[in-house]
Amino acid sequence: MSEAVADAVLPAIDVPPRKRFSIGRYASYLQALPLAVILGMFLVLPILTIVMVSFWDYDSVQIYPDFILLNYEETLGSWVTWQTYLNTLRYTAIVWALTLVIGFWIAYFLAFHVRTATMQMVLFLICTVPFLTSNIIRMISWIPFLGRNGLINQSLMNMGLVDRPLEFLLFSDFAVVLAMVHLYSLFMVTPIFNTLMRIDRSLIEAARDAGANSWQILTNVIIPLAKPGIAIGSIFVVTLCMGDFITVRFMSGGQSASVGLMIANQISVLQYPAAAANAVILLAVVLLMVACILRVVNIRKEL
Amino acid sequence: MEPAQIEVIGVTKRYTGGTVAVDDISLKIPAGTYCCLLGPSGCGKSTTLRMIAGHESISEGHIRLGDTVVTDLPPAQRGTAMMFQSYALFPHLDCTDNVAFSLKMRGVDKTARRARALDMLKLVQLDHLAERRPAQLSGGQQQRVALARALITDPQVLLLDEPLSALDPFLKIRVRQELKKLQLQLGISFIHVTHSQEEAMALADLVVVMNQGKIEQAAAPREVFNRPSTAFVAKFMGDHNVLAGRVTTVDGAGVQFEAPGGISFNAPAKDLQPGQPIEIAVRNDRVKIGQPPRKGCGMTGLVQNVEYHGQKVQVSLSAPGVDDFAVQLPETDFFSAPLAIGDAVPLTWAPEDVHILKSSVA
Repeated sequence: MSEAVADAVLPAIDVPPRKRFSIGRYASYLQALPLAVILGMFLVLPILTIVMVSFWDYDSVQIYPDFILLNYEETLGSWVTWQTYLNTLRYTAIVWALTLVIGFWIAYFLAFHVRTATMQMVLFLICTVPFLTSNIIRMISWIPFLGRNGLINQSLMNMGLVDRPLEFLLFSDFAVVLAMVHLYSLFMVTPIFNTLMRIDRSLIEAARDAGANSWQILTNVIIPLAKPGIAIGSIFVVTLCMGDFITVRFMSGGQSASVGLMIANQISVLQYPAAAANAVILLAVVLLMVACILRVVNIRKEL
Repeated sequence: MEPAQIEVIGVTKRYTGGTVAVDDISLKIPAGTYCCLLGPSGCGKSTTLRMIAGHESISEGHIRLGDTVVTDLPPAQRGTAMMFQSYALFPHLDCTDNVAFSLKMRGVDKTARRARALDMLKLVQLDHLAERRPAQLSGGQQQRVALARALITDPQVLLLDEPLSALDPFLKIRVRQELKKLQLQLGISFIHVTHSQEEAMALADLVVVMNQGKIEQAAAPREVFNRPSTAFVAKFMGDHNVLAGRVTTVDGAGVQFEAPGGISFNAPAKDLQPGQPIEIAVRNDRVKIGQPPRKGCGMTGLVQNVEYHGQKVQVSLSAPGVDDFAVQLPETDFFSAPLAIGDAVPLTWAPEDVHILKSSVA
C-alpha cells in the first residue's frame, strides 16, 4: 500500500526544473516597495528638500537657489538662538522628569495593583480618552481653568486663601509645563505599562523569597526590567517637547519661546531658508538626544 | 542552619469566591527528609508548597518549622528557600549577581557577596559561567543557578516547585540524581512538588499523595506502592488493578464480593456487612496468566492490547464489570507463550496479594 503511494507520488515530484528567472527572486523587493515609496516620498524627500533649501539665499520677497552657509552662520551666531535652545531644553528636561514620574507611577499601578485584566484594560482605555479630542482643544481647555478669573483663582478667592488672583497660573512657564505634561504623559505610560506587563510575576516572588522589601523589589527588579519601556517613552516625550511650538505659543501667551516657535515665526515671515537651517540643526540635536538614550538602554528586545 | 522538622497543622487554603484549594491537611516532615508532594494538576500540592514558603496566605491552620510558628512570617524570615518552576532567574543580572541577590538585599557588601556567590556556584559546578546572563544558559544550567540562589541563604528547608518539568527526559534523570546527592550532602529537608510518580518514588523518603486538596496517603515510597491506602493512590501510582464491588457473604476468612459484571472475588477484609462497597488492589506483576483460576482470586479476561516495554510486556484485558485490568509479564515469559488480541485467558492471583483499599477521603 505504502509503496503504491510512493510510486504515485514520485513522478509528481520530478517536475521540470524551474525557470531561472522567476518572480520569487524579486518577491521580497516587491513586498518592500510600497513602504519604501511612501517613506521616500513623505520622509526622505521632504528632509532632503529642507536640507537643500537651508543653503539657499533669500530676501524679503523671494528665495534664490544658491549654496551659502549664511543661514547657519546667522542662526548659530545669534544669542537668541542659543537662549531659545536653552529654554526648549529646560522645558524638555522638566516635562521629561515629570512625565517619567507620573507615567511610571500610573503604569506601575495599572500593572501591579489592578488585579483583573478587564479592569486593567478599562483603566488603560480611560487614560487614552483625552486623546479622542485634538491637542489644541485639550490645551485651550486649560485657559478658562487657569485664567485670571478662571476656576482655580475664583475658588481660591472664594475660600479666602488668596486675596488677589494668582498670576503665574496662565501665560507662564508653569502653564506651558502643565499643558505639556498633560499632553505627553500617556506617551510615557503606554510603553512602560507594556514592559511592566511582561515582567514574570514569579521574579517578584523570587525577590521576596530572597528577602527583598517592596522598595528593593522596585529598585532591583522592576525598574531595571522596565528600562526599555522608560527609554521608548523618553524618546517620545523628548522628541515631542523639542519640536513643540503650539503649546508654548498658547500657554505662555507669547512670553516664552521654543525652537519650534522660532521656526514657525521665520516661516510666517517667509524666511524659508533660515527656517530650514534652523530645522536641520534642531533635527541634528534631537537625533543626538535619541542616540544618547539608545546608548544608555538597549531597547532592541522590546521591538 | 540546623535542619528542622516541619509541621503542617490543619491547614486550609480558601480563595475568595469559595474555592477550596487545600482542605484541612496535616503533615509532619522530619528533619533531613526528602519529601515529594505528588498528585495530579489542581490537587493543591503547589498551593501547599507556596503556603509553606509564605507566598500564599493560610486561611486556617498553622505551619511550624522547628520550634517557630511561621504561619504569618514573610518568606525570607521562615528559614525556607524556594526554587521556582520556571526558575525565575533575574534576566538583567549575571549568574553571580543572581545568586548573590539575597545577600545584596541584606546589605552585604559587594566583594563579600560576590565571593560567597562564587562559592555557591562552585557547589553546583557552574563557577566557569559566573559572568553569563540566564538567557545564555541551557535549561539544566539555569536550574543549577536557581538552586545556588536558593541555597545561599542557608535554608533549613528547600522548597522545589516542579523543578524537573522543564528538562528533557535524559537530563531529568541526571538532575534528579544530583538533587538527591545534594540533599544528602546538605542534610536539610527538601520538599519537592511533582506530578510524576516515577520521580517521587525515585527521590523521596516520604511521598505525600494529594487529591482534591486532601492528603490521600503520606508514607515511604515502598509503603505507598505496596500498600496504597485508597483506590486513587493505587491508580495514580500505577501498576495496580483496582477491583470494586459490593460484599455478598461474610465468613471467617474474609468476605466475598461481586463486581458489577457478576464476577465474584474473595478479600481478607474484616468488619464488613453484606451490601457494603469494597475496593481491592492487585499488583499488575502478581497476576498470573494461563494458570487455572483459583476460586475468588481470578477470572477470565479478553486480551485488548499488548505493549512491549522491554523488560516487561504489558497486557491489557477486559472482563465483564472490570475495566482497566492489566498484567505485566517478564519478556521471556510472554514470548514463550505469546498472546494475541482477542484471546480469552484465565487470570489468577494469590490470596495474599490482595490488598484492601479504604474509601477515598476526598
